[in-house]
Amino acid sequence: MKIAAITGIAALAFAGAAIAQDSNTLTIDGTTLLTETAAPEHLENLDTIYSGWRFRTPETQALQIDDFDNPAMIFVDQALDLFETVDGTEGKSCASCHTNGPEEFAGLHASMPKVIDGKLVVMEDLINNHRQEAMGAEPWKWSGGDMQAMVALIGLQSRGMPMDVAIDGDAAEFWEQGKDIYYTRYGQLEMSCASCHEDNYGSMIRADHLSQGQINGFPTYRLKQAKLISRHNRFRGCIRDTRAETFAEGSDEFRALELYVASRANGLHIETPAVRQ
Amino acid sequence: MNYALGLGLAATLAGTIATAEVVKPTDVVYVEGAVETSLSGTAGDPQNGAEIMNKGAGNCIACHQVDALSHLPFHGEIGPPLNGVADRWSEAELRGIVANAKVMFEDSMMPSFYRTEGFTRLGDAYTGKAHGDAEVQPLLAAQEVEDVVAYLMTLKEE
Ligand code: HEC
Ligand code: HEC
Ligand code: HEC
Repeated sequence: MKIAAITGIAALAFAGAAIAQDSNTLTIDGTTLLTETAAPEHLENLDTIYSGWRFRTPETQALQIDDFDNPAMIFVDQALDLFETVDGTEGKSCASCHTNGPEEFAGLHASMPKVIDGKLVVMEDLINNHRQEAMGAEPWKWSGGDMQAMVALIGLQSRGMPMDVAIDGDAAEFWEQGKDIYYTRYGQLEMSCASCHEDNYGSMIRADHLSQGQINGFPTYRLKQAKLISRHNRFRGCIRDTRAETFAEGSDEFRALELYVASRANGLHIETPAVRQ
Repeated sequence: MNYALGLGLAATLAGTIATAEVVKPTDVVYVEGAVETSLSGTAGDPQNGAEIMNKGAGNCIACHQVDALSHLPFHGEIGPPLNGVADRWSEAELRGIVANAKVMFEDSMMPSFYRTEGFTRLGDAYTGKAHGDAEVQPLLAAQEVEDVVAYLMTLKEE
């Protein structure tokens, strides 16, 4: 415990040292995003929350400062085309109904996931519901290119807005379930999300600089994989790395975890689509 | 002739290892976090221990800095640096820490390298799949723990 406290202090100092810019803000095309803010009330163990951007190298950070350099924007452009593409038995595209374009969805990302009719719904659910029910088209694969491009396009409409998911009312039971998962030590290595992203953020684990594991920039473009990474894919990778049996993408467990993790970022600005190494 | 002699020697060695008492992960006795008796009954090999510090299921430098291994890249910062660790702990204590650090340090993030029970959603190594019914292997074998402990015993500053 003594050591945990010491690494905690070291962590803060290290996080400070890793900032490339001389300010704590990330400015993209004239819009200034808050990458650090007071932790939401419900977080017992953190005072300040930081965007994952703050933990990346200057080279990776730079790719997110200009949309022309951000490789994720290629996929956002593809999603703009998909938005107009007729598919399915009803002969419709997203644009057939959403005639004002994706701009209509400004602010939506900030409140997701949310409970609709007693079900905890994430962005991928909304998109596939509309593909299947409104368009009569095949659902997209959770972490597939088309799906994550569309999630990124809709998320981008909320860039610069603070994350603000509801955790009370209907959402409370899902949020509790997600919190349980967050603090459970899984696998043969017996590590929880908190072991890495709460107790040790700011420290190096082998070659990786640990962030707080926030999802305000998702889907993120990962240089290593050269594609957009879904939230559930990231969760799966982190749990697999503890030598555990993971949950499936799109499972109820990961929906609940997504709500809980999203709530840990309440107050941080949305950066979608962020760039990671 | 030489060849035959070599084989004979290897056979004798293997024989010794097979007959030496290996303490099963479930039978290890901890006294205040320390483990007095060798887990394999065979002296540890510090050179192999140094290898394990850097790779496989050991990968200790993922979390610990070790100056004596500074030729290897990327030492982590999660646990304390292990320089001079043999001045701070006895061999029995180091064996206990490596076998199951959670006995010495409550709730430690350090994995238990010689334990086979009590996991939540145990996976099949790094596949993300369930472990299944096969016998659970500890992260390090008895001899590997002894090798790592032998290596740690070389980390002296005084
Ligand atoms: C046949 C008409 C129709 C089509 C086609 C359609 N939608 Fe919708 N969409 C609606 C209606 C009506 C609503 C509002 C009611 C609701 O949420 O179901 C809506 C709501 C949404 C919302 C939620 C907005 C909010 O603020 O809660 C999203 C996201 C969405 N649509 C995305 C899409 C995408 C992406 C596509 C194409 C893959 C698509 N829609 C295709 C009719 C359609
Ligand atoms: C063994 C350590 C470890 C554990 C346990 C772990 N993670 Fe991670 N996680 C990492 C590393 C390393 C990275 C990549 C560097 C970074 O962003 O922190 C990462 C990245 C992430 C990211 C991406 C952050 C960004 O800004 O791109 C999210 C989100 C995340 N983890 C969530 C989780 C959740 C949720 C859990 C538990 C289910 C979890 N992690 C468990 C090590 C871990
Ligand atoms: C995931 C992180 C992690 C890994 C991997 C890890 N350790 Fe540790 N280790 C720790 C932490 C954290 C502590 C501090 C004890 C506590 O939890 O309070 C520690 C403490 C120790 C100590 C006591 C150090 C001292 O000076 O008091 C020794 C010795 C040690 N570890 C050896 C090892 C060896 C050998 C390995 C690999 C076989 C290893 N560790 C792998 C995290 C780790």
